[in-house]
Amino acid sequence: VSTRAARLHAPDLRSERTRKWGLPIVVIALIFAYPLLIENVSFLNSLFVGRLGIDMDAAFQMAVYVMLALGLNIVVGYAGLLDLGYVAFFALGAYTLGWFGSGLFSTRNVHFLDVGNNAIPGIHLSFWVVVPLAGLICAIAGIIIGWPTLRLRGDYLAIVTLGFGEIIPDVFRNGDSIGGHNLTNGVRGVTQLDRPGFGESINDATGGFFPDRYSSLPDQLKPWYYTILIMVLITIFVNLRLRDSKMGRAWIAVREDEVAASAMGVPLMRTKLWAYAIGGVFGGLAGAIYGSFINGIFPTSFSFQISVIVLVMVIVGGMGNVWGVIVGASLIAWLNFSGLGKLGSLLNDAIPGSAHDVEITKYKYGLFGLLLILMMLFRPEGLIPSARRKAEFKEGDEAFLYDVRSE
Amino acid sequence: VATADTAARPLPARRIPVSQWLLWIFGAILLIATFGWLLKEFIGSPSRFIEVSLIGVTNGSIYALVALGYTLVYGIIELINFAHGDNFMLGSFETHSIVTEGAFQLPLYPTTLVLGIPLGTTAVAASSGTQRAYSIAMALFFSMLLCMTINVTIERLGYKPLRNQPRLAPLITAIGFSFLLQNIALIWKDASPQPVPDIFPQGNLISTHGVTYDWGAFIVIVITIPLLVVLSWLVRSTKAGKAMRATAQDQDAAGMMGINVDRTISFTFAIGGALAGAAGAIYAMYIGNTKFDLGFRLGLFAFTAAVLGGIGNLSGAVLGGILLGEIAALNDAGFLFNLGARWTNTVIFSILILILVFKPSGLLGEQVPEGQ
Repeated sequence: VSTRAARLHAPDLRSERTRKWGLPIVVIALIFAYPLLIENVSFLNSLFVGRLGIDMDAAFQMAVYVMLALGLNIVVGYAGLLDLGYVAFFALGAYTLGWFGSGLFSTRNVHFLDVGNNAIPGIHLSFWVVVPLAGLICAIAGIIIGWPTLRLRGDYLAIVTLGFGEIIPDVFRNGDSIGGHNLTNGVRGVTQLDRPGFGESINDATGGFFPDRYSSLPDQLKPWYYTILIMVLITIFVNLRLRDSKMGRAWIAVREDEVAASAMGVPLMRTKLWAYAIGGVFGGLAGAIYGSFINGIFPTSFSFQISVIVLVMVIVGGMGNVWGVIVGASLIAWLNFSGLGKLGSLLNDAIPGSAHDVEITKYKYGLFGLLLILMMLFRPEGLIPSARRKAEFKEGDEAFLYDVRSE
Repeated sequence: VATADTAARPLPARRIPVSQWLLWIFGAILLIATFGWLLKEFIGSPSRFIEVSLIGVTNGSIYALVALGYTLVYGIIELINFAHGDNFMLGSFETHSIVTEGAFQLPLYPTTLVLGIPLGTTAVAASSGTQRAYSIAMALFFSMLLCMTINVTIERLGYKPLRNQPRLAPLITAIGFSFLLQNIALIWKDASPQPVPDIFPQGNLISTHGVTYDWGAFIVIVITIPLLVVLSWLVRSTKAGKAMRATAQDQDAAGMMGINVDRTISFTFAIGGALAGAAGAIYAMYIGNTKFDLGFRLGLFAFTAAVLGGIGNLSGAVLGGILLGEIAALNDAGFLFNLGARWTNTVIFSILILILVFKPSGLLGEQVPEGQ
């Protein structure tokens, strides 16, 4: 290629950047403004809260699931490791908060920068310490689980991760008497968890913008919402940066052809282990804040269904594509929390007579299953596919494979 | 410069990495500890130990029947058929329908038309031995038929179009089908446990030295063994069985030899489904209870059994099923390190993971996963 031709084909960087980042930035700005919009614009309120059912509570939970889906995207989307036990990390993150931010160990009395009542016994580290700790513990767990198992082939790995996804909640369920110690409070779960907060002095200095202690009152969920949004933004940033890093390219190489990647000098175990551990970190972070928000951690809330729902999110959105995964996760999470119910009542209203009323939420998991099947059959690359993933599913489109920029 | 010297030296023996050694030592200690503990428990209370072991064999034969479906399908297209456990559950639902209502609940199958005799709840409870045998046979037949149809349909709709896709694509579809079947069961009956009235003869067959063995357990074995014999004959001695084995070895070559690969795969799914249906029927009648989410856990147990015996290996699946039934029963009774029933899930899934990590080819295995 001559230099002249190269110059002719050189992309206009500025318009490229606008094209690539314009829409995401506008959308992110709107999402940040969402609480204010639904508070102040009555039309938007009746549409989003009334019709679609996305109040602050639902929005928070949707964001948690977006974060989970982005974490799983690293494992499934980038590295191509089918993880059917992702819920284990979610659970582990939540229980980390239970251990280090609740009155579970009532014989101890440890307080470190925590907000709220200092008289409550138990281990109470600051929420802002517990969250990274949850990530760290999940990373370690990911390495411990992954080290012996990640050398297994794809479908065996899926089963092993599923096994861990079943064992870990089981251990939490039975953890009320391990060697005579009560480590998890068993089926009764851990309640009265510490909440995030900035303490009184920051609260007073900022006029309540950084609240002393987050409130669980339905009309005071904005701090929760902004906290999870910032966590999601960090997750997006890490996802994008990792994708374009050396590690990200190694993941994609391993996903496309393990043998070839290995022959090219990609260390298979280390590469997979990183994907698994980093994916686990985000599961743990999401688990910690979710546990605090729900204010109760029960072993039964971490079922296989959650692993599959998060997987559905990644697949529907488009494995490996950050924006696709976000859209897929928001859509599925919305359907999961309020959308299906709203759609059901819409459907029932459309058909006159109450005799034909169907309780559509009852068919939730069946519908998700159907969605998985249909996606795999007709659009395996997802709604918003990454060009590279698409090429993998559509054999013969070799040219696509080498156009890395088109991701 | 020292080339001559080094070239003369023999190649060093292949070194086994330290991590591998550690894993093996860990595995050996675990095995020895388990057997030692079991021996201690056996000496402590022999009659109860034997009784529990007999329960293990009965449950194990149900696992074995389901495991065979996993292993057959895995052997031929290397797919973990996630929906298999839920298919089994639908089989048990079908039996529940036949035993309690007399037939399918679906309006398509008018009770009396298909079955001849109405078998209402009261009829079963008060019926004679012949009538009981008749309804057991009907339950088995229709459960097998239903599960066979479901399995073949799933294969045609969900797995066949994805045969040339990345391996994970049909696996994900299988998870989708698993959810779908569970939901169908939820709509069909209810989320609550479905009790099945007693249809097997009650009472003990043997009762001596404090060891009892009931009629139900005996009938389970009586139904299972002929099924296994027929399966073995089918795979070993018929043309269709030969086609199955050929397809499992090499699909393309089998196709070139004039074997209809699509039909052979469908046939394999049909057999697997029929076995799951039989297992479902036996489960419903013996355990006397069924539930819509039963298939997920039991399916995973059965899959573990298949892996334990060596996936793709038919005798392995039976051996693995019985072994797993034993382990579960012994643990339920507290004979395994005093763990007790609440740890059974963890024990079984740990076995699954340990086998896959240590010896992915299983006890009798033939198929070894790549990358080992």
